[in-house]
Amino acid sequence: MRKKGKIVVGVVVAIVIVLLLVGPLSIWRWVPVLRKPAVAYKVGAIFAVTGPAAWLGTPERNTAKMIEEEVNAAGGINGHPLEIIIEDTVGDATRTVTAAKKLITKDQVLAIVGPSRSGTTMAVIPIVEEAKVPLISCAAAEAIVVPVKSWVFKTPQKDSHAAVRIYETMKLQGISKIAIITGTTGFGDQGRKQLKKLAPELEIEIVADETYGPDDTDMTAQLTKIKASEAQAVVNWSIVPGQVIVAKNMRQLGMKIPLFQSHGFGNIKYAQTAGEAGEGIIFPCGRLLAVDTLADDHPQKEVLAKYKKEYEAKYEEDVSTFGGHAWDGLHLVIAALREVGPDREKIRDYIENTKNFVGTGGIFNFSPEDHSGLTKDAFEMLTVKNEKFVVLE
Amino acid sequence: MGRKNILSLLILAGVILALPLGLGNSYYLNVLVFVGIYSLITIGLSLLMGYTGQISLGHAAFFGLGAYTSGVLSTKFGVSPWLALLAGIFVTGGIAFLIAAPALKLKGHYLAMATLAFGYIVFIVFNQASSLTGGPSGFGQIPRFRLGNFLLRSDVHYYYLVWTLVIVVLLVSLNIIHSRVGRALRSIHEGELTANIMGVNTAKYKIQVFVLSAVYASLAGSLYAHFITFLNPTPFGFHFSIVLVAMVAVGGMASVWGAMIGAALLTILPEYLRAFQDYDILIYGSILLLIMMFLPQGLFAGILRLIKKER
Amino acid sequence: MSLGDQLLQYLFTGITIGAIYGMVALGFNIIYSATGIINLAQGEFVMLGGMMMVYLTAIIKLPMVVSFFLSILIVTAIGAAFERAAIHPLKSPSVITLIIITVAASILFKGGAMFAWGKHTVSLSPFSGEEPISVLGATILPQTLWILGIMAATVALLILFFGFTLTGKAMRACAANRTAASLVGINVKTMVLLSFALSAGIGATAGIIITPIALMNYDRGTMLAVKGFSVAVLGGLGSNVGAVVAGFIIGIMESLGAGFISSGYKDAIALVVLLLVLFLKPSGLLGSRERAEFKKF
Repeated sequence: MRKKGKIVVGVVVAIVIVLLLVGPLSIWRWVPVLRKPAVAYKVGAIFAVTGPAAWLGTPERNTAKMIEEEVNAAGGINGHPLEIIIEDTVGDATRTVTAAKKLITKDQVLAIVGPSRSGTTMAVIPIVEEAKVPLISCAAAEAIVVPVKSWVFKTPQKDSHAAVRIYETMKLQGISKIAIITGTTGFGDQGRKQLKKLAPELEIEIVADETYGPDDTDMTAQLTKIKASEAQAVVNWSIVPGQVIVAKNMRQLGMKIPLFQSHGFGNIKYAQTAGEAGEGIIFPCGRLLAVDTLADDHPQKEVLAKYKKEYEAKYEEDVSTFGGHAWDGLHLVIAALREVGPDREKIRDYIENTKNFVGTGGIFNFSPEDHSGLTKDAFEMLTVKNEKFVVLE
Repeated sequence: MGRKNILSLLILAGVILALPLGLGNSYYLNVLVFVGIYSLITIGLSLLMGYTGQISLGHAAFFGLGAYTSGVLSTKFGVSPWLALLAGIFVTGGIAFLIAAPALKLKGHYLAMATLAFGYIVFIVFNQASSLTGGPSGFGQIPRFRLGNFLLRSDVHYYYLVWTLVIVVLLVSLNIIHSRVGRALRSIHEGELTANIMGVNTAKYKIQVFVLSAVYASLAGSLYAHFITFLNPTPFGFHFSIVLVAMVAVGGMASVWGAMIGAALLTILPEYLRAFQDYDILIYGSILLLIMMFLPQGLFAGILRLIKKER
Repeated sequence: MSLGDQLLQYLFTGITIGAIYGMVALGFNIIYSATGIINLAQGEFVMLGGMMMVYLTAIIKLPMVVSFFLSILIVTAIGAAFERAAIHPLKSPSVITLIIITVAASILFKGGAMFAWGKHTVSLSPFSGEEPISVLGATILPQTLWILGIMAATVALLILFFGFTLTGKAMRACAANRTAASLVGINVKTMVLLSFALSAGIGATAGIIITPIALMNYDRGTMLAVKGFSVAVLGGLGSNVGAVVAGFIIGIMESLGAGFISSGYKDAIALVVLLLVLFLKPSGLLGSRERAEFKKF
């Protein structure tokens, strides 16, 4: 027994030593001499790398790493190396808040890109506003920038623009009565609100309004209800796996009315996972996924083609619009750093006055009244044809 | 309540006072605020699990009820945060009381399931009652606490507020444990039938402890709401209920001190593991597994036993 | 769609969901019966089964049937290895310790799956085509019939195993009273190992057959476990027939709830019913009272 006791004491001592050497309680913190002077430009990034939205955060993280390498290989920003410190939200508001505080006070980053999701972004807004650190969110919800918060920007296209584009397409097709089905996540909920708010303006009538949980396995019950209504089309606003299951369930029920999805459908994998049931889905999306069909003289063509080529070569997976949101956010910060140097306030001002910035999500024109910078024309309506995205005719 | 506990409390109070001097940085204090908030819940949970032998897989719901009651009242109805905190305690305690009577008749896994189901239902209500709770998107701009004209805004302020309450809750809990009630509770754990025969009203005591632990969780929830100033349903789901039980088990559920150690370890550990990126969940899982395998009584009991043995 | 057609469709949907839950619940029962542990990693066995099957058929490109049995075999081995590594070495652990160990294991399985197969949601082609079968205006997928068939076969095999084989009876004896079982010469530790292997195998089977309908990703296990656990408790822990019946009850309630009341509250409706049943009959629908009594924390 004594021997076992000693082993345990040894383990405990070892753990204590490790804890003292690294991390929050590290003794190095009391020895400032040992810390290297900061020469690198530090930029924070908060992405949902693990957890339920890992499919969203991973391409963002990959993109951030790729940009960091690229910038540093090209000699950094005005000679300063770029250091992107990536933190994981685990999809949890509490962890995200801690991550933001770490980036701001410990790493003293100049700006933060992310978080990936609407809920986690809303949770960190009070922190960056108080600490006066520019934040460029990669989440879609309108509420992030409406009303305008002085330190908060976002790169994904607005929910309301997506809803408007969907409704406009419907009107062209002669559809006026629709059903909406949304996931009970921050993204789905915000979409539902915009869809309901904008419907009267565009003379669309919502005849069925259904929801489902993010882990639900089957939505035929909700869709049966929709089928029994007089809806001429369905809008599904959610993230995976719901958006695929809805498509499959509609096929099972023999529903022939068109299915519209949100801009959350922006990864070709989803169309492939849905298989035959995915054919004909219509959704608004940045031009990244349809770059091959874009005219050569389109202002975004060069940026999109370069990002797509580099990302796909480096990570051997299809590019998604989500990684593009991180690309836009980081390059906005890099452009600001290049012009105004390491000053949080000047970076904020620079971004707020940025015009004609060509990103993957569209052409950004920020102003003190608009911290999203995109118009509804940033969206292209795409459809799925033979498991590929093509521009809707 | 024993000289040892008083001594431990004094040491704890000293450490709490001194820590911010060493850790000027707000990030570490922010982590310690969460340690304090979670300790409030795990102290209550250890009374329930360790002392009376009842399990709850739904305590995140009480945490959430406290947070939402406090947040909604202060944000949408202009109630002062302190009053909202009190209201949260009454609402949560009341709901806990209503479900305790039928639920605590259940045993073992059936009780676990009943608390899990209750927690899940509350979680669904947070998501669906969107006119009040903001639904899955949540709501923000929750006011912070005020002391007179002084607004508690920085992490240091919250650090002292939260840990003062932890000390108060510890004092209350230690008093309960070392009173007649505490002995009655332990007799329930040892054998409910025997306790009944000896004249202990086991049902009453079980309900009281359940309600008390819910009240602690509600208090923690209110502190959380007025600290983060934004609420959405995700932190109050099934996953967090399990994390809470894991905290109590890792620290050692037979002691309120163990419950605090567990809360501290499982809150600080993920912060250390940030450096490991994706691998953090593998390391976290392994550490949890090893502790439970080799120190099944929890860290606190394990360390105590070692100290005794070395003597 | 007429109301009658809708009702039939809700019923079919309920049966599909219920069969999925029931399959997951069966795995819970085996380990509970032999050991009294709630294995919170049960959902991960389901996930591993589904992911393994997709990996074997889509990446390695093995034939369906080979992949099916190979996946079950591999996950069974993982279940057995988990028992040997983490449960076997413990000396008289408390139930809480065991629960947290299964939580830790589920974190590890999840992490392992994330590194092995990535974070994307995957699907599997159905066993016999995707064309829905039309019955009186409502539709059901052929895959649902596969799930029902395989579930029926599993339950039948379990009843035979526990009722008529020596090993099965020995496992039941362990459940009833460990000390007494070991006194009459039953190797309790072997029975525990067997129960983990068996429930991992059943979990994997569940994962494979539900993936064509429900899709799968590394993060899916927990919620399936919660549903499976609810169903197992409603049916009465340890009762396999109870699990199947309770699966259908919860599934049908969810689908009727979504159809007629509110899709947002459908899970809550099913859970309220579950709570009421527990409060009125604390051992579940088909569970025995003594069984509910003897497991304490």
